[in-house]
Amino acid sequence: MTLRELAEKLEGEVLTNTPNLDVEVPCAFSSDLISDILMCTKESTLLLTGLTNPQVIRLSDMIDLVGIVFVRGKRPTEELIEMAEERELVLISTNFTMYRSSGILYQEGLRSCKIQ
Amino acid sequence: MAEYIKVNPMYQDRIEEVFQTNINPEIVLEFEIHENDFVNSGKGSAELKVTIKRLGVDPAIMRKVAVAAYEAEINITAHSRGGVMTSNIFPDYVHIVFQDRGPGIEDLSKAMTPGFSTATDLVREMGFGAGLGLPNIERNSDIMKLDSAKNESTKLDVIIFFH
Ligand SMILES: Nc1ncnc2c1ncn2[C@@H]1O[C@H](COP(=O)(O)OP(=O)(O)OP(=O)(O)O)[C@@H](O)[C@H]1O
Ligand SMILES: [Mg+2]
Repeated sequence: MTLRELAEKLEGEVLTNTPNLDVEVPCAFSSDLISDILMCTKESTLLLTGLTNPQVIRLSDMIDLVGIVFVRGKRPTEELIEMAEERELVLISTNFTMYRSSGILYQEGLRSCKIQ
Repeated sequence: MAEYIKVNPMYQDRIEEVFQTNINPEIVLEFEIHENDFVNSGKGSAELKVTIKRLGVDPAIMRKVAVAAYEAEINITAHSRGGVMTSNIFPDYVHIVFQDRGPGIEDLSKAMTPGFSTATDLVREMGFGAGLGLPNIERNSDIMKLDSAKNESTKLDVIIFFH
């Protein structure tokens, strides 16, 4: 699934000015716990989260994130969107809950990222 | 002071060498970490990652360094009065020293237990406080040494080999 396709499935809004949304997303992980995210992402991952503080963007300096989906209508500030654009990180906002968003993407074939 | 130390058996024979004081790193990066500064915290680890990337370190090792350093940096921001992160880069390993200004850790084995956390509600709202940071540091480092006591400063040594 590409970023464009998944944004459509989630009826989401792409918040960043991203030139290329036709990037294939290999896997996804949903969590609101930073340590958990750091422990579980070993490959290029799409993150679904309700967290909208600067540390969520900072995370992408440490681990390989393809994009971040903010669930349940959460929106980061303009400053955060700029931080993401500097890193070429795609931000998407959806009104769906974390459960529903994860369910939709999983059903569409986006696998869970490998842990361990 | 109490001490907690973990060593990857593969590098058991390098312990004395890496803790020597009269050795000169090729690169030294120093970062000031401020209490409760959740905007800037993590920059030191990001900079360290970029630096070792330039040296051609394997991406999987780079990730280990970044994750361990980031968790330690956030711990100083969230649980201490601030401190300094010093990354000493050698040809085949990095030795990062995190020295804070207290208030210290009362029980090291408790602090190392997955799930144990004294994080405030404010810190938890930002996604921290799972009690997984120190265990995550342990998993990602080859040598980890934690020195602390109640009402003392905390010193954390993280050593990760490149090969
Ligand atoms: N530098 C420090 N100074 C004082 N206390 C610390 C320090 N680092 C860790 N601790 C103590 O050890 C506990 C466990 O740390 P750990 O990093 O494992 O979890 P956490 O920071 O609470 O949550 P997480 O890292 O999952 O966000 C902390 O809650 C805190 O009580
Ligand atoms: Mg922590």
